[in-house]
Amino acid sequence: MPQMNMIQALNSAMDIMLGRDPGVIVIGEDVGYFGGVFRTTDGLQRKYGEHRVIDAPIAEGGIIGSVIGMGVNGLRPVAEIQFADYIYPGFDQIASQLAKLRYRTAGEFCAPVTIRSPCGGGIRGGQTHSQSPEGLFTHICGIKVVMPSNPYDAKGLLISAIEDDDPVVFFEPKRIYNGPFDGDPDKPAVPWSTHPAGEVPEGYYSVPIGRAEVVRPGEDLTILCYGTMVHVAQAAARLVEADAEIIDVRTMVPLDVATLRQSVEKTGRCVIVHEATRFSGYGAELSATIQEECFYSLEAPIVRVCGWDTPYPHAFEWQYFPGQKRLVAAIEQVLEAG
Amino acid sequence: MSRTPKLHVPRAPARPGEKPDFSYVHLSPAGAVERPEVHARVRDMSGLADALVRVIDDDHHAVGPWDPHLEVHDLQVGLRHMLLTRAFDERMLRMQRQGRISFYMQSKGEEAVSVAAAMAMAPTDMLFPSYRTQGLQIARGRSLVDLMCQCLSNSRDMCKGRQMPVMYHWSRGNIFSVSGNLTSHYPQAVGWAMAAAIKGDDDVAAAWIGEGSTAEADFHHALTFGAVYQAPVILNVINNQWAISTFQGFAGGERRSFAARGPGYGIASIRVDGNDFLAVYAVTRWAADRARRGNGPTLIEHVTYRAGAHSTSDDPSRYRPKDEWEAWPLGDPVARLKQHLIAEAGWSEARHEALESELRNHVDDCWNEAITYGTMTEGPFLDENELFEDVFRDMPAHLIEQREQMRNLQED
Ligand SMILES: Cc1ncc(C[n+]2csc(CCOP(=O)(O)OP(=O)(O)O)c2C)c(N)n1
Repeated sequence: MPQMNMIQALNSAMDIMLGRDPGVIVIGEDVGYFGGVFRTTDGLQRKYGEHRVIDAPIAEGGIIGSVIGMGVNGLRPVAEIQFADYIYPGFDQIASQLAKLRYRTAGEFCAPVTIRSPCGGGIRGGQTHSQSPEGLFTHICGIKVVMPSNPYDAKGLLISAIEDDDPVVFFEPKRIYNGPFDGDPDKPAVPWSTHPAGEVPEGYYSVPIGRAEVVRPGEDLTILCYGTMVHVAQAAARLVEADAEIIDVRTMVPLDVATLRQSVEKTGRCVIVHEATRFSGYGAELSATIQEECFYSLEAPIVRVCGWDTPYPHAFEWQYFPGQKRLVAAIEQVLEAG
Repeated sequence: MSRTPKLHVPRAPARPGEKPDFSYVHLSPAGAVERPEVHARVRDMSGLADALVRVIDDDHHAVGPWDPHLEVHDLQVGLRHMLLTRAFDERMLRMQRQGRISFYMQSKGEEAVSVAAAMAMAPTDMLFPSYRTQGLQIARGRSLVDLMCQCLSNSRDMCKGRQMPVMYHWSRGNIFSVSGNLTSHYPQAVGWAMAAAIKGDDDVAAAWIGEGSTAEADFHHALTFGAVYQAPVILNVINNQWAISTFQGFAGGERRSFAARGPGYGIASIRVDGNDFLAVYAVTRWAADRARRGNGPTLIEHVTYRAGAHSTSDDPSRYRPKDEWEAWPLGDPVARLKQHLIAEAGWSEARHEALESELRNHVDDCWNEAITYGTMTEGPFLDENELFEDVFRDMPAHLIEQREQMRNLQED
């Protein structure tokens, strides 16, 4: 099977969907001639033409507003917002329009739009190239929110997102575009070719939205995570003598509650990890869900490991990033409690 | 034959491997554009938005009604600031390539836009910079060591390690914080100017964005508020032809100039040769006088060219011809002011070279000092507890607790 990094896998998903469905278009800042600042749309304009892979003015509100109109008029647009940190000028179009169109028109209008956006830190990008704003979007009713952690899922989930008749906000953890990053910045980077999920079928397939994945089965505790943190969690679990079950949540809305419940009912202990800041973060939703669903199975308080509640700094990136050390401490805390 | 609308997608005039083509850039001869009185009515000067104010002619002489008649000393100071800006940029680029700083953005080819504007304004006027206007800092006398320490995120970093390189701010110098979010500072500059008017001060605000950034809604907000309240503000658009890989047509520059948007809002608007130090100075001075007298905002489009890469993360050879800058019809702002000084003010190649080498040495000295305050890998470092400061004025309990957690982890 071919090896792909996450950028190639995402590119392949868009390539396939542009080829299969004439209604699919790709639009965003620098996505056309240049192929995107991360090269995710490389070659697509050459192949499908400038009417289907379209460079946009620098206006996130304009990009999102216009793809809503395109979606209403029968297209299936894939919009790229260059960095998740720059999605806010389009926030009103997402929160007030994209998410609510189906509801307010009783299903007569909808816009099957996918919004892709690189998120997350660990690249020395400071506060405007590092944010993980997924929690702001999961709190809006009417959009699906997805974050893959590897090339195989990235391609399969992006195809599902494009095919979905509901709008999907698709966050791509840029730190793992080129390889699985385990949270240790001093270790040499490893490419996706060393990882089983770097094997990606050339052709069409999809990974369903709404299903979490157990990436490591275990008995002693459950670690809920997504994006870059899936790899940090795996590394941290190797450091402790515990048989951790690691679940890649993958799609935050809708959430695969059954998989989470099954796991925590078995282990009785749960650590929740995300890069985003903690207060009112998505981890709070996960924690409440586990508490509601598994209260009588819990043997210890749930612990969250998240970004500190400050803007993302430029220096002290590794003090900020919820790395292996913090995870190990949380795992030990949860195992020792109760 | 039936016709259907066809989506028009702007095409760059030249891509890699093609011959540079700037035939789309509308030029006016130096000295040809009239200079209205500062109190003239907007509707009587709409021609300025499509013309191109130029002062330095092909023989390097200053001509026409916009000649600001600067003293030789001021011209030399302007040249010095521009050269220093370029020498600073060159040094920081090199340091980025060597991994000493994480990122950098140069302003090569656009130095006159910032330096002349800063010199034309009063020191108490408030500047809202973009990330490519380091010339504002330098012309206002900012120490290079301060700028370098910010880029190094070291123990003397004005941002305390919280910002990527070039995101400077300088409250004492009346320069606002550079924001990574494009155009966000544009309406803020208008608000600052509105406050000046509310308070009855005669200070003026000015803001800079690239032409690509005019597509953001904040551009519209700024022009609307500026026009409605007749705010004492100068809104500068630096049209350097490229916004990363998209040429200015993608921001709407194919059919009309960027300055031409102003008259639609009722705003005085001027298109100026951004590589002509004298023209930028004169136009900025005119706009500042206008604002100070209560005649409202001015939109200035500076026509220039981004000579370098967008940033150190960018490779322009992928999207534009390598030799475009050589073909740029408005030349190099530094060379043009130099030639003007040689033609009119007793400057010489020898003096120029001596100045360049003096400034390079100065930059070297500043770098050597800056790194004594720490680098990315060697101390002295900032105190990592700083991470939690300044989120709020007083640290709330949850941050105190998180800081404690971080400390405990460091000790383990
Ligand atoms: C709101 C927002 N969207 C996107 C970006 C990413 N971005 C940074 S610079 C840039 C191009 C800006 O071009 P222009 O305004 O012409 O200024 P120039 O770089 O040419 O000086 C883009 C798209 C950003 N920083 N902020």
